[in-house]
Amino acid sequence: MCLSIPARIESIEGGMAVCSVGQSTYNTSLDLISEEDLKVGDYLLIHTGFALQKLDTEEANSILATFEEFKKLNDNLDKEELKQNKRIV
Amino acid sequence: MKYIDEYRNKDIVKYFANQIKTISNQPIRLMEVCGGHTMSIQKFGLPHLLPENVELISGPGCPVCVTGREYVDRAIAYSRLEDVIITTYGDLIKVPGSSSSLEREKADGADIRIIYSILDAMLIAKKNKSKRVVFLGIGFETTAPASAAGIIKAQTASLTNFFVFSAHKVMPPAMESLIDEGVQLDGYIGPGHVSTITGKGIYENIPKKFNMGVVISGFEPVDLMQSIHMLVKQKENNEAKVEIQYSRVVKPDGNKVAQDMLDEVFEPRDDWWRGLGVLKDSGLKIKRKYHKFDAEEMIKVEVEELKEPKGCICGLILRGEKKPKDCKLFGKACTPSDPVGACMVSSEGSCHAYYLYNR
Amino acid sequence: MTKNNDKIILGHGSGGKLSHDLINNLFIKHFSNSILSQQSDSAIVDINNSRIAFTTDSFVVDPIFFPGGNIGNIAVAGTINDLAVSGAIPKYLSCGFIIEEGMPFKQLEEIVISMAQDAKKAGVPIVTGDTKVVDKGKCDKVFINTSGIGDLEERNVHISLGDNILPGDKIIINGSIGDHGMAIMAARNELNINTHIESDCAPLNDLIADALSVSDNIRFMRDATRGGLGTVISELVAGSDYGIEVNQDKLTVHDNVRGLCEILGFDPLYVANEGKVVMVVASEDADNVIESMKKSPYGEEASIIGEVSYDHPGMAWLNTSVGGKRVIEMLSGQQLPRIC
Repeated sequence: MCLSIPARIESIEGGMAVCSVGQSTYNTSLDLISEEDLKVGDYLLIHTGFALQKLDTEEANSILATFEEFKKLNDNLDKEELKQNKRIV
Repeated sequence: MKYIDEYRNKDIVKYFANQIKTISNQPIRLMEVCGGHTMSIQKFGLPHLLPENVELISGPGCPVCVTGREYVDRAIAYSRLEDVIITTYGDLIKVPGSSSSLEREKADGADIRIIYSILDAMLIAKKNKSKRVVFLGIGFETTAPASAAGIIKAQTASLTNFFVFSAHKVMPPAMESLIDEGVQLDGYIGPGHVSTITGKGIYENIPKKFNMGVVISGFEPVDLMQSIHMLVKQKENNEAKVEIQYSRVVKPDGNKVAQDMLDEVFEPRDDWWRGLGVLKDSGLKIKRKYHKFDAEEMIKVEVEELKEPKGCICGLILRGEKKPKDCKLFGKACTPSDPVGACMVSSEGSCHAYYLYNR
Repeated sequence: MTKNNDKIILGHGSGGKLSHDLINNLFIKHFSNSILSQQSDSAIVDINNSRIAFTTDSFVVDPIFFPGGNIGNIAVAGTINDLAVSGAIPKYLSCGFIIEEGMPFKQLEEIVISMAQDAKKAGVPIVTGDTKVVDKGKCDKVFINTSGIGDLEERNVHISLGDNILPGDKIIINGSIGDHGMAIMAARNELNINTHIESDCAPLNDLIADALSVSDNIRFMRDATRGGLGTVISELVAGSDYGIEVNQDKLTVHDNVRGLCEILGFDPLYVANEGKVVMVVASEDADNVIESMKKSPYGEEASIIGEVSYDHPGMAWLNTSVGGKRVIEMLSGQQLPRIC
């Protein structure tokens, strides 16, 4: 079965959106979500020709930012461990 | 690709792998119930990154795997009618019925078409007015809304030659039944896209009744590793709750528009699951209101007698009680090109994923 | 052999396990001879003490026109490549047409003109052919068979057999994977998508000749057509006393190909290519071979993607881009509809 992936809205018309993944565009039905606050540039999760949900990009970006923090923490810990030659955490 | 690549970051995966190793002190058995999760875990080789005490088991989240032989036999019976066009998602065509499969029927001349969306099936119905088009509706709460939307559209368009044969099922009864049946688990990696539709409320019973956590996970390696980390943390802290890791698309209340559409078109019924037997209110039946689009109501056929093959332990594998390599038929009589049971057919099935990625 | 062996199914033609079974258990079993049993891309035959590489291929792709080419282009490139990857210099082609009644002349003409252009550019003339026309519905617009012969030097005979492969050897591919198969998927227009994926269809005889001129230690070559790179790797390693490791980080997959693969759940590793050769090269020569490939328009993205190892003989492992590992297994049945 097809998977669902995030696709960017390129245009909206008549209950359908043209969404892009990479450089390909897909016609997607908006029957399953509320069209109200959708706009070009938003991301949709698409599955078997339908949009299932709008991606919460604010949430995504803030979590990704914490990942960057984790990474830094990880790197620092690795360095410390190498120095002290033992597990810290 | 945006919002995909970031979750395939090697360093972040490594970070979570380290965290899991660090905090995990006791054996822990986690089950993923979604076929997409099984595929992702195997495809990215995640088991190699986990410490020995963390065990991942694949559960019954592959819609093709849990679909009974009887459904396939009936679909085959439909396909043998002169004026019927069968439209189906890809993997169903290889699933063995009692004596044939849709793939074999296709080779015999039946009009069976693989499509990617119910909307394609409806287009075929519009273009072939003299034929009856039957859409094989498999899948869980992720895919059922699309079938609902399709049926509503068909109603609006007054299509008289379009039918849905529903094998749609819902997750929570299966997740609860497994524990009731005694499968030993410490936590569920919760289905990501099902939850996008349903929200997290449907799982609340599990921590309450069984004292184990559910973490609703995304599908990328970072998502899965983070979810496993969250479940390990719950266990180490003696907690049991429903958490959402996949917060970028799963909201606590889910997708109300899709839920309403499901309620409009479908109603619960008892349904048979391979490996679990009949589970109360675990299937979706098309409501009386839309019976004109229900293949089971509208198209009468003779279905052959059900025959199950000897030696196939798909049921036990789907329950997580056995692993693919425990099956006598695995890799010998049962391979992806020559499947005996449904677990080997679907690319999301435990045996198939195991065969491809883990021998 | 499959239990359901009273009917041929599409999977038998897709290049994976079912095809293998059919070839072994039917064709090789009855046509039985030592040359055929080698199952190389090209047969190597001896005529009057001259070694000749001889190959044939049929092309039934649907649609017959797709971004990046048409059925004629792959008919010419496919056979040239089968010869070239055996280490032979492609010399002459034949081509047979089976044409469906009602096919527009203009389409046939366009196909033939592009075949002529490709053959000329590659320096491999089409010297004989055949034409048949069948009733409407008896074939799908046009089917093309091309056969080819090439001149094989003694020093290159080992290439198609792969007998000289050693642990430490490097695995090289001349560019991105998955383009052709996904271009075909997209062109079928059933999917309501708009995408600009072009087939990578290309004759590789010059690129391969250049590589052979900079290295005497090319151990093995194969073109990664149906079944993709994954099939080449898994076939190569099957039953051998060495293992293979491929690094996913080193594989090039164009974004548009990746996007469509993600949407459909396909693995680019197993998607067909029509302009890609996989080589096993002694490690000391690998960089030179890459450099020579990059000079060709068909090798700009050439890279070392893995190596042969002492570990896990008979198995190929993929080191995934996130640090995990998984086995590269042979594809069974179809991942795609017909593509060539």
